[in-house]
Amino acid sequence: MQNVRELMIKKAGEMLSSGEVYGVLAWERGDFACDQTPALFTSPESLSRLAYDEFTAPMLSKYLINEAKKPNEGKKVMVFLKPCDTYNFGHLLSEHKVERDRVYAVGVACSGIFSREKTLLEKCLACKGMEFHHCDEVIGGEGKITWDKLDRFAGVEMIESMTPSERFEFWRGELSRCIRCNACRNVCPVCSCVKCVFDNPGSGVMSKSNADEFEENMFHIIRAFHVAGRCTDCGECSRVCPRNIPLHLLNRKFIKDVNALFGPYQAGASLDDASPLTSYSVNDPEPGYKDKAKGGERVA
Amino acid sequence: MANPLVPDIGLVTAIRRDTPDVKTFRVVRADTGAGVCFPHMPGQCAMLSIPGVGEAMFSITSSPTNTEYMEFSIKKCGCLTEWLHEMEEGQEVAIRGPYGNHFPVEADMLGKDLLFIAGGIGLAPLRSVINYVRHDDNRAKYGSIDIVYGARSKDDLVDIDEIKNEWSSGSGSSSGTATVHLTIDRAQEGWDGDVGFVPDYVKKLNFDTSKTVLMCGPPIMIKFVLAALNGLGFDKSRIYTTFEMRMKCGIGKCGRCNIGSRYVCKDGPVFRCDEMDSMPDEY
Amino acid sequence: MLKILMSDIGRLFERLSSVGTLYLPIEGGGQTAFAPWRAGADVQLDRVNTDLSVKGLFFPQTEDIAFFKREGKKISVLPSSDPDEPFAVFGVRACDVRGLEVLDKVFLDDPAHMDTFYKGRRENGALIALACSSPAETCFCGAFGVDLAEPSGDVAAWIVDNTLYWEAKTQRGERLTEAVRPVMAEQSGTSAVDASKKAARDALAAAPLASLKDSLSAWGANDMLTLFSSPLWANLSMSCVGCGTCTYVCPTCQCYDVQDFDTGHGVTRFRCWDSCMYSDFTLMASGNPRKTQLERFRQRFMHKLVYFPEKYGGMFSCTGCGRCLSKCPVSMNIAKVIKAVGGVENG
Repeated sequence: MQNVRELMIKKAGEMLSSGEVYGVLAWERGDFACDQTPALFTSPESLSRLAYDEFTAPMLSKYLINEAKKPNEGKKVMVFLKPCDTYNFGHLLSEHKVERDRVYAVGVACSGIFSREKTLLEKCLACKGMEFHHCDEVIGGEGKITWDKLDRFAGVEMIESMTPSERFEFWRGELSRCIRCNACRNVCPVCSCVKCVFDNPGSGVMSKSNADEFEENMFHIIRAFHVAGRCTDCGECSRVCPRNIPLHLLNRKFIKDVNALFGPYQAGASLDDASPLTSYSVNDPEPGYKDKAKGGERVA
Repeated sequence: MANPLVPDIGLVTAIRRDTPDVKTFRVVRADTGAGVCFPHMPGQCAMLSIPGVGEAMFSITSSPTNTEYMEFSIKKCGCLTEWLHEMEEGQEVAIRGPYGNHFPVEADMLGKDLLFIAGGIGLAPLRSVINYVRHDDNRAKYGSIDIVYGARSKDDLVDIDEIKNEWSSGSGSSSGTATVHLTIDRAQEGWDGDVGFVPDYVKKLNFDTSKTVLMCGPPIMIKFVLAALNGLGFDKSRIYTTFEMRMKCGIGKCGRCNIGSRYVCKDGPVFRCDEMDSMPDEY
Repeated sequence: MLKILMSDIGRLFERLSSVGTLYLPIEGGGQTAFAPWRAGADVQLDRVNTDLSVKGLFFPQTEDIAFFKREGKKISVLPSSDPDEPFAVFGVRACDVRGLEVLDKVFLDDPAHMDTFYKGRRENGALIALACSSPAETCFCGAFGVDLAEPSGDVAAWIVDNTLYWEAKTQRGERLTEAVRPVMAEQSGTSAVDASKKAARDALAAAPLASLKDSLSAWGANDMLTLFSSPLWANLSMSCVGCGTCTYVCPTCQCYDVQDFDTGHGVTRFRCWDSCMYSDFTLMASGNPRKTQLERFRQRFMHKLVYFPEKYGGMFSCTGCGRCLSKCPVSMNIAKVIKAVGGVENG
């Protein structure tokens, strides 16, 4: 990774010096391992503070929404994207949140991210692989997954095997810890509505804390529905949750169902594919639909 | 000790339409059906709410010398104010206060010639002071009274009947007279007063700089009037104004109405303009 | 000073819970938070800090102010009663005790407008503070004059080599001591505890953020308007995602919102934690004085490090507990702000 960092600094320095980009979105070192902050580097000299290692957790793609809009004489912004973040980038491009022409995207190899407690993050155990998408170039593209992966849907299957009341208790227990800090929403590259319904005093559902104990549950359920078919499974929601709520399980349930009903789909991988939940074809499955001709059985 | 966030109940006994988007509400204690909900000083505020709709801070428009009822002049601009504009006489409202500091009627203003400058709904907090200093019990404590008041159009002047019939001529509940200077932004048929913005009018009137100034209006007006007064040679330490910020508690604890280390709800809403120099520009 | 073997600590908890509800750092969902003790609970006394501070026991995230009924034009109000049930909290660290002292300033300093909910809980809640023996890398309580080895509170406790030592610090602490005396032994001399205190202080002095005290002095040498208008806020706030994590895990953040909830048969008015990081925090019908995340971000740190000390005799409203350092999704935090604006590089 040390080598990757050096190559990143070299590339960033070249791009800044040549004036091809006005700034470089990367990570700045902190005081200890898990203390790196996303930062915009605008001078080659400042790049000595660029950090990249197995503790570099935050994703950078969402910052492009703002950065790629800045005039800066039409110059591009350069960004480093880990493999999983390239899907987020793809998603933002497909929803026109980011203009492709304003970004110089550099994929960077990832060796898996560790927590403060020095364990590999859950999101990395379920790593989607080392492929890069939508990048102008890649640094360290020959990287491989060197750790034992978990079955991505094992957690979902565990919950599916519960009885409805067990499942209800499970989620009530997990979501009871929620403090409505909105970290999950605010880091989510898919949650990039200009004005979130939960921030809108006129929406009738804006709330910072539970007026009744069911409210937090609704926040997460509504959010999961809204990102269904769009979530890239980057796992940031669970990583940042200060209350350790396994939010990714909600999203993965939707991903698993979408895969089962519409065929394998990875949000953000391609800019050409229409998302299964935002497009329609006459052959679409209709889960839950009861066909009278077939004796009223549930179809699909 | 009572929870300061729990309101009392007031009863709306009269509603007057002042302008297309301003109404003045007369409120008394609901339990006795008469009298003010609590005593206050000119410039202080109260939290009004309709449970289920919202709660917000409003200046108390009536003078403390009026102990029969309180008045609130309220502009329709949000969820709660729209509801208040729809309500009828006999409606109860939740009310708590008084909050904040007040104009220095018993201190720096004593013995001074007074100049009031207001724009639009900004007259609301000043009306309380104007009627306080005009009151027979108090009039002798102050020098001359000048009032500059401007609005977008003649239909947007709040309390115009009171201004014309009482303040100028010295009738009504108090006999103290005042010199009133009215202006509207653009010329209008049937208007014989000044036309133009308040800051320009203030410059034109070229007041004596020994006056103590109390001004209230939209932030942009305050900034320009302050510049105009500076230009005329007024000392900032003799100019008072009020600030408006979002508030939830009214008692300096909910943490949102601060400008620097001052809470507008508790350390304000009245500030002396020389204090503004030591406050961050975040209002 | 009294003592008890850690293997017997359950007996101490039993005695304490007879006085009122006993809250302890208890493991749940992979986290530690103050929760009511019951036999068999997974009590975590060796974790330096709970994931959430003790704040919530005195200033809960949500509490009802009053219940209203509206019938026609009539409004009736039923105020919530002030808390009056005795409780005790065991295992509060020195930084969190300071956090409550900060909250005391806000909620109890004005005799005309006491926060009666908070007052009720402070008067009924006993604090048994636990000294730290080995600070985390994110700890910097020393920068704010908090002594991790000598916590204030009603009782101070130390754990050294499988023994818990207990010393009353207040009258309420003395009363608690009488309640627990039957299960504890007398300890004469303080040498065991003294060595532990020294080790803890040495460890803090060697922690990554030990030099923050100097940065804080450099920060404090600037006047308010210079700090407010520093060009550094733009860069510092750039990474902030605008969530409320730092404010909600903070032991001193006390901003709250007041909202109404229509239950269908009346209206509950409640207050709940709010965050200056949120876009609607200062939003008015007429506009927003803090339009971008830069202004909101700046407000949080100016409040903790300038406005609050200005208002309350120099007391900072940061205790160095380090929770915002470990919880911020992007690791942007008060330590970095102090260093940057104080003119010191990170790392």
